[in-house]
Amino acid sequence: MPDRPLSPHLSVYRFKYTLLSSILNRATGLVLTAGLLVLAYWLMALNQGPESYARAVGVLSGGIFKLLYAGLLFSFAYHLVAGIRHLIWDTGRGLERSQSQKSAWAVGIISVLLTLALLYVTFAQRGTS
Amino acid sequence: MADFRLPPNSRINRNGRVHKAPPGARNVRTFRVYRFDPDSGEGPRIDSYELDPKSCGPMVLDALIQIKSAVDATLTFRRSCREGICGSCAMNINGVNRLACTTAMADLGNEIKIYPLPHMPVVKDLVPDLTNFYAQYASVRPWLQTRTPAPPDRERLQSKEDQEKIDRPAACILCACCSTACPSYWWNSDRFLGPAALLAAYRWIIDSRDEATGERLDQLEDPFRLYRCHTIMNCTDVCPKDLNPARAIAEIKKKMVERQH
Repeated sequence: MPDRPLSPHLSVYRFKYTLLSSILNRATGLVLTAGLLVLAYWLMALNQGPESYARAVGVLSGGIFKLLYAGLLFSFAYHLVAGIRHLIWDTGRGLERSQSQKSAWAVGIISVLLTLALLYVTFAQRGTS
Repeated sequence: MADFRLPPNSRINRNGRVHKAPPGARNVRTFRVYRFDPDSGEGPRIDSYELDPKSCGPMVLDALIQIKSAVDATLTFRRSCREGICGSCAMNINGVNRLACTTAMADLGNEIKIYPLPHMPVVKDLVPDLTNFYAQYASVRPWLQTRTPAPPDRERLQSKEDQEKIDRPAACILCACCSTACPSYWWNSDRFLGPAALLAAYRWIIDSRDEATGERLDQLEDPFRLYRCHTIMNCTDVCPKDLNPARAIAEIKKKMVERQH
């Protein structure tokens, strides 16, 4: 067998909605898994008494964490809506080319709106309390 | 594990030979074409060909044939029917897998980039090695399998409705556009059958005359052969015959669940 080169793939393939929606679904799944570590830290601090809880809340209230929460909320929203799209696909529906194009857009728009709603609920309520 | 980079022998020299259009040529289109010559001892490179589209027919295949006959006879590619029914001239044109013979130059920009089908071993220039692809097709036993004897006086008949179910899937021309557009196939083509072979499997699974449905499903019940499909939808997006491998795969997955009850 001669030493045949491998033809280029990722570097030449056009980045279409199909690839974008698939890779976003996976990336948001990874972010959510990482977010579980933050949740675990918070719960462990909660379990260890008032002082450690106060310390944890201090750490988790930092500005960089607010950005992280926004990212987590978007990841949650996107992964949820994209997951529903996959469930519909699994019933054999919505698999025509034009339908999957539209549903890719719908998932993007709905998840952004859902993120904004979640952000409003999270941060606006904290502001008033 | 998927390797997202090209192996060292596959890195591309972007500054290959340049074939200028003759002076006075108008509306010149530039073709940037992947070249690899196994006898040269060199790695792959990108050659540029400037071409007056008026010098040939309207399709990308017409331009490739014009380049081969008038500019550079060493350019190698597969082609046969020039009307989208043989599937030979499948290649990656401006980032999407399609048939060169049914892709009009007018629908593309002035710069047309042509690569072989992605993530395949390259025999020469635009000719990929499809041995594994064909072996996967053969592995789904793409022929009618029966247990009962055929009626003595006529063919095995089928209703019009049953025929319509296999009408579209049976129109596959095995051009490999779909399978080589699928990232799951890129990373796991040694174990995942890919959309083309699975579409063929589906065509026989739903054939009302076929009597090996159970065995066919058994053969696909595997974490890789079938279930590496993650419904990315690139297959259905690129199919030059407007077929739907993604739906065929979803239907096979449904049959897997249904037969457990």
